[in-house]
Amino acid sequence: MKELLSGNEAIARGAYECGVTVATGYPGTPSTEILENIVKYEGVYAEWSPNEKVALDVAAGASFGGARVLVAMKHVGINVAADPLFTLSYTGVKGGLVIITADDPELHSSQNEQDNRNYAKFAKIPMLEPSDSQEAKEFVKIAFEISEKYDTPVFLRTTTRISHSKSIVEIHEPKRSPISLELVKNPAKLVMLPANARKRHPIVEERLRQLKTFADEFSENKVEINNANFGIITSGVSYQYAKEVFPDYSYLKLGLIYPLPEKLIKEFAGKVKKLYVVEELDPYIEEQIKAMGIKIAGKDIFPICGEFNPSIVENAISPSSKQHMKEEVSLKLPPRPPNMCPGCGYRGIFYVFNKLKLFVAGDIGCYTLGFLPPLSAIDTCVSMGGSIGHAMGLDKALGDEAIGKVIAVIGDSTFLHSGITSLLDIVYNRGSSTVVILDNQTTAMTGRQEHPGTGLTLKGETAKKVDLIELCKGLGVEHVRTVDPFDLTSVEETVKEEIFRKEPSVIISQAPCVLLKSQRVKPSKPFMVFNEKCNGCKACIKLGCPAIEWKNIKDVSKTDKLTSDNKKRKGIAIIDSMLCNGCGLCQQLCKFEAIGEINA
Amino acid sequence: MPDSNTNILAVGVGGQGIILASEILTYALMNAGYDVKKSEVHGMSQRGGSVNTHIRFGKKVYSPVIKEREVDILFAFEQLEALRYFGFLKPGAMVILNNHTVNPPSVSLGIDEYPGDVPQTIKKRFPNFHLVNGLDLALKIGNSRTANIVLLGVLSKYIKVEENSWIDAISKVFPEKLININIEAFRLGRKEG
Ligand SMILES: Cc1ncc(C[n+]2csc(CCOP(=O)(O)OP(=O)(O)O)c2C)c(N)n1
Repeated sequence: MKELLSGNEAIARGAYECGVTVATGYPGTPSTEILENIVKYEGVYAEWSPNEKVALDVAAGASFGGARVLVAMKHVGINVAADPLFTLSYTGVKGGLVIITADDPELHSSQNEQDNRNYAKFAKIPMLEPSDSQEAKEFVKIAFEISEKYDTPVFLRTTTRISHSKSIVEIHEPKRSPISLELVKNPAKLVMLPANARKRHPIVEERLRQLKTFADEFSENKVEINNANFGIITSGVSYQYAKEVFPDYSYLKLGLIYPLPEKLIKEFAGKVKKLYVVEELDPYIEEQIKAMGIKIAGKDIFPICGEFNPSIVENAISPSSKQHMKEEVSLKLPPRPPNMCPGCGYRGIFYVFNKLKLFVAGDIGCYTLGFLPPLSAIDTCVSMGGSIGHAMGLDKALGDEAIGKVIAVIGDSTFLHSGITSLLDIVYNRGSSTVVILDNQTTAMTGRQEHPGTGLTLKGETAKKVDLIELCKGLGVEHVRTVDPFDLTSVEETVKEEIFRKEPSVIISQAPCVLLKSQRVKPSKPFMVFNEKCNGCKACIKLGCPAIEWKNIKDVSKTDKLTSDNKKRKGIAIIDSMLCNGCGLCQQLCKFEAIGEINA
Repeated sequence: MPDSNTNILAVGVGGQGIILASEILTYALMNAGYDVKKSEVHGMSQRGGSVNTHIRFGKKVYSPVIKEREVDILFAFEQLEALRYFGFLKPGAMVILNNHTVNPPSVSLGIDEYPGDVPQTIKKRFPNFHLVNGLDLALKIGNSRTANIVLLGVLSKYIKVEENSWIDAISKVFPEKLININIEAFRLGRKEG
């Protein structure tokens, strides 16, 4: 049967078809839909772990017990999971262990565009790279076979254009895993203290030698000899781009990108006149090929930064072909960045940060959008959980200079991912920072996934819900308060009190994400501007709410240049009732009582 | 089936139902026996940001993204977003434009101005131009949320796919209780747009 699947859906399907019974991960674009799909299959246990390291630890345990396990995360997730990763390379597996790293060239929704192919070489773990959804599904199966045959974790690397592109896939029935589930003690393999680990390292090196031989014979390292003047070595979506623009060149398309098939590469190089490597990001394949003593064109003509497309590949290889310059429309167009939703519980918090001119140590989530004007109230954003450490570091470096000026802000999912230990640091090392935890009861940025604070699991079962207040108190924070972020006066007072306190403090802002479908959120009645009262002062505009627009008086029909109490005005605010969800923040800011509920 | 592929670029603003409409389009093309690929970037774009989806179909499709200046049909849900992708269109490309505007933040803040008379600008460069009042048509059948499917109905007139492939695709994507209204919306667009 044929189905139209995204790369992520195909990976989930492939895992199901080859008998995976455990799947773990933490959300992150572009990997998220893998677990969201795998959980729908019968017989698969799938969890959102609190973070990627936990996900890999749980996966390792399941593999030691004989299960076939899939772990999925975005590229930067591998950084978090890197500690167990490198040593799992030594222990190897029992049930197959496949790790999906979903890279994001072009940083469509990431904090960097690191090239995780380097992890394969670094950790000495084989890596496959599919070039469409059909391959994504098949390569998962191959990955499990390699994992069990060579006793190693295996990477499957995707990029955004593979994860989020749909193409036609042939669906098969699931098969059971060939490995039996059992508890077997095997300390020489699983207890990596120096004496044991030292003995495992040569085994890893021997495994790599065997994998290199395998690579030369692997049927997914495919040679297509056409026009022998030009040869392209490539993998993943880059193959599709190259094939699109140079259909009759010769190709060596690599399915296994670590280790590389040296013999095959040398043979291919011998058959073509001019050789190119087409790869996004780092010169990863290029450097290894050059080390084989082969002359090849690569990053001398291709960009390192950003993702490719067919035009980039065409222009790099034959610049004379057609100069496809993106034509700019003569008028400059206003940008359309993403924004916090109307009624988002974060808006009031960032409004207050901005008003108090705080230096805001920020983190990653929807709230990072608080960076955009007019709120302009995020001053750092580096990694998940980083905010709390940044605030502590600023406080320690600047001393009294920072008092009352610095605050940390972090989402609930991010806090549970990697903020807890940093808060512990503030308590332990006599810090005095204030941390605002934005408790919106979901992982909003990546599409609203459950986490340990939501009371539900990935499968939708009810779960014990972590109590953030008790958690912070348990860490030793004595001043833990909650605020309603829709009450601007109370937010401002609470923040002012806590930032001057010379002890650690936590403010938990409680308001569920407005996009949550459950009964947890009921939108109120929309608001409107009473046209005759608005004097166009723009106070409400400072909220940056997508539902409020400021219009010049000349552009508004049937509107007087004077307010009802005869004040001159240049324009007025208008609320779009289709977008407004009645949070009421703008009403609190209006000094002229010009905003109220419709039909009030 | 012709040798060359057809490239459709769907653009608009997060929340307008572009991703769903593209999904149905892709299924209909598969049902009709084409090779088809669709590529979109979601994540940040959901929060009211600008959205684009590439759909390519034909005998055999390699790249999931369209080459610059190779778009055959621009399927635009919003005026300003249609302008943004001018540089990707083939000379002589067809433009289907939903007659709708959504202000970007800088316009709401009174910093930038929304470009004037977009339909005219487009028509001058791309005479093969169809302006559709998606929302008005959707309101005719009493559901403003079906505007995206009305627009899809308009697009369907220019694509060689039988009506039943479209209907199957709509039935696959929507939950039971929304299927009929969306088929109605689709037929309205196909007839009137
Ligand atoms: C190491 C790492 N893992 C995952 C992500 C992807 N990611 C970005 S923000 C985010 C979670 C945000 O959730 P939360 O903190 O609750 O904030 P919200 O989006 O709900 O405001 C995730 C998972 C990432 N950027 N880095």
